[in-house]
Amino acid sequence: MTAPAQAPAFPVRRRALLARRGRAGGITGRPGFLTYGLLIALLLGSAYPLWWSFVVGSSSSAVRGQTLPLIPGGNFLANAATVLDAIPFWQALGNSLIVSSVITLSVVTFSTLAGYSFAKLRFRGRDGLMVGVVATMAVPTQLGIIPLFIMMKEIGWTGELGAVIVPTLVTAFGVFFMRQYLVDVIPDELIEAARMDGASMISTFWHVAVPAARPAMAILGLFTFMMAWTDFLWPLVVLNAGNPTLQTALQNLNSGYYVDYSVVLTGAVLATIPLLVLFVLAGKQLISGIMNGAIKG
Amino acid sequence: MTATLPRPSAPKPSTTESSPRPRTVVPESLTRRQRLSRFDTKASPYAYVAPFFILFGLVGLFPLGYTLVVSLFDWDLLKGQGDFVGFDNFAAVLGDRFFWNSIFNTLSIFLLSAIPQVIGALVIAAVLDQNLRAKTFWRMSVLLPYVVTPVAVALIFSSMFNEDYGLFNNLLGSIGLDPVAWKHDVLASHIAVASMVNWRWTGYNALILLAAMQAIPRDLYESAALDGAGPVRRFLSITIPSIRPTVIFVVITATIGGLQIFSEPRLFDPVTAGGGERQFQTTVLYLWEMAFQRRDFGEASAIAWLLFLLIVGIGIVNFLVSRRIATGGAPRARRPRGAKAALAVATLPLSGATEPLAAPVAAQTPGSPSATSSTPAGSTPAASDPEEDVTA
Repeated sequence: MTAPAQAPAFPVRRRALLARRGRAGGITGRPGFLTYGLLIALLLGSAYPLWWSFVVGSSSSAVRGQTLPLIPGGNFLANAATVLDAIPFWQALGNSLIVSSVITLSVVTFSTLAGYSFAKLRFRGRDGLMVGVVATMAVPTQLGIIPLFIMMKEIGWTGELGAVIVPTLVTAFGVFFMRQYLVDVIPDELIEAARMDGASMISTFWHVAVPAARPAMAILGLFTFMMAWTDFLWPLVVLNAGNPTLQTALQNLNSGYYVDYSVVLTGAVLATIPLLVLFVLAGKQLISGIMNGAIKG
Repeated sequence: MTATLPRPSAPKPSTTESSPRPRTVVPESLTRRQRLSRFDTKASPYAYVAPFFILFGLVGLFPLGYTLVVSLFDWDLLKGQGDFVGFDNFAAVLGDRFFWNSIFNTLSIFLLSAIPQVIGALVIAAVLDQNLRAKTFWRMSVLLPYVVTPVAVALIFSSMFNEDYGLFNNLLGSIGLDPVAWKHDVLASHIAVASMVNWRWTGYNALILLAAMQAIPRDLYESAALDGAGPVRRFLSITIPSIRPTVIFVVITATIGGLQIFSEPRLFDPVTAGGGERQFQTTVLYLWEMAFQRRDFGEASAIAWLLFLLIVGIGIVNFLVSRRIATGGAPRARRPRGAKAALAVATLPLSGATEPLAAPVAAQTPGSPSATSSTPAGSTPAASDPEEDVTA
């Protein structure tokens, strides 16, 4: 501090110190074996139950005496055939695809619109309405199944896919999610500039908000798709065994007289494959989308 | 938007300059356009949020409200609406020991899932929040269970928790322990059901938290590290306070989901609705049994409303508590955001100094290394990173 010549010495030392920390597994460098050990344990914890069900599902019941079965047997196709006989698998798959796609499209569209409005537009009552959205996020709509069922019965929709789709056409989470993303991602100046250039509100939305929102829309779409795909209670209530979604069909496999766990687990594996494919194809975008969205803020 | 709107009248001056011909027409059309534009500006925000509120009101809030109406009647699944009975259904439910049993089970399973889940997610997120190789791969591996549907998870875990040849009892047997009655014992069955929830959701929550962690400026950590804060200290003093809103979000969503568990207990034992003695029958499962097996819509609606009140109540308590916990730790860490030098205040209490004491110390630290810069083995490195010296 006394002589100016000494001043550069500090930054240099500082950098050296950081570098040293880095090598030792600090924040700037590569983490050590402990971290990767933990990650491998996490990976095994994530993957083994799935692998286990494939192993059991592909074996005869003899494998059940083994402690940690690791090697799949040769019965998977036979068990799969049993599954396809026992439940209307392909119809259920198609139903799940239809239901999930329609819900996804609807949720993403309406959430982006509302989220953009909440994030970037100014209007009277905005904050109050946003509090309403956050509050409704906490509303367990699942608890309304009884009147929903009565309503669907009244209009003759029980057993129809529409009855599964309609209650989830919008989600409060979607609006909240898009709002959180858009509030940081779109600079206000961009919207103002578009408006100054004479763009209408909807074309500002279309040309400014939607391109910026695309990564978040993809993520929301994926999550919504999965939410719709995994929904169980309401489809179980409103659909019948003749026109099931994949989840209710699976439960039929488990109930009644099909107590062969190999078959049940084969069904679980078969039903997981579509989402696994989606995960392998889109998982990377999903995760990098989440991360980019967070960093941009 | 409204504040900037007056400015779009930019065309106006240009027309007054070049307005030899249709003097009367142009301003009129302009005002019409202006009015249209103003209407656009005013109405569009509402139009964009309207679909959500209308649809949500129709299929979300209305059924919930109508549940209250149903709960005031004798209402049979097949026969439909019966006599008005006032609050008899509520009285019946409140006097029903199966209802209280289901509440106990729900709370127990909720605590067994929410607490490990949030802690696990924080730890996983912290592990992932490093300069990893193959980042995406590890993130995907953590998210993998999320793509297995609850029904499939329940089927898989029911088999793994099978009391005779299940994976877990086999494992216990191989290390010489007695098998656990996963489906008959109350606590064991709760742990089993909670583990299904935890397996599926922890990684998902970890990624949400990771996203928040990634937004924390790295130099905060670097400065803290320079000031001698170890990884745990950095995690507690910087990471946690910075991601506070996200943690609250995760806790609240975990609560709302956790109190409505259905698929897992429903499929854990497909023959009964929550175990032979209802040992893991959750409230939503009891609601389902009441409505669609016992066909009593009235009592089922009363259950729905009581559960609704419970969820909202716990949600509010949850919010208040997590906010207090979070703000309790925040003041320390929030200050350093402004001035970087003050960061030392937050991290230095490591040495046990209280804040008034720490402040002058903090003011000194930037100067002290440069003052002793001629000697590389200065006082600060030795004091601040003994662990690094050991590992390096």
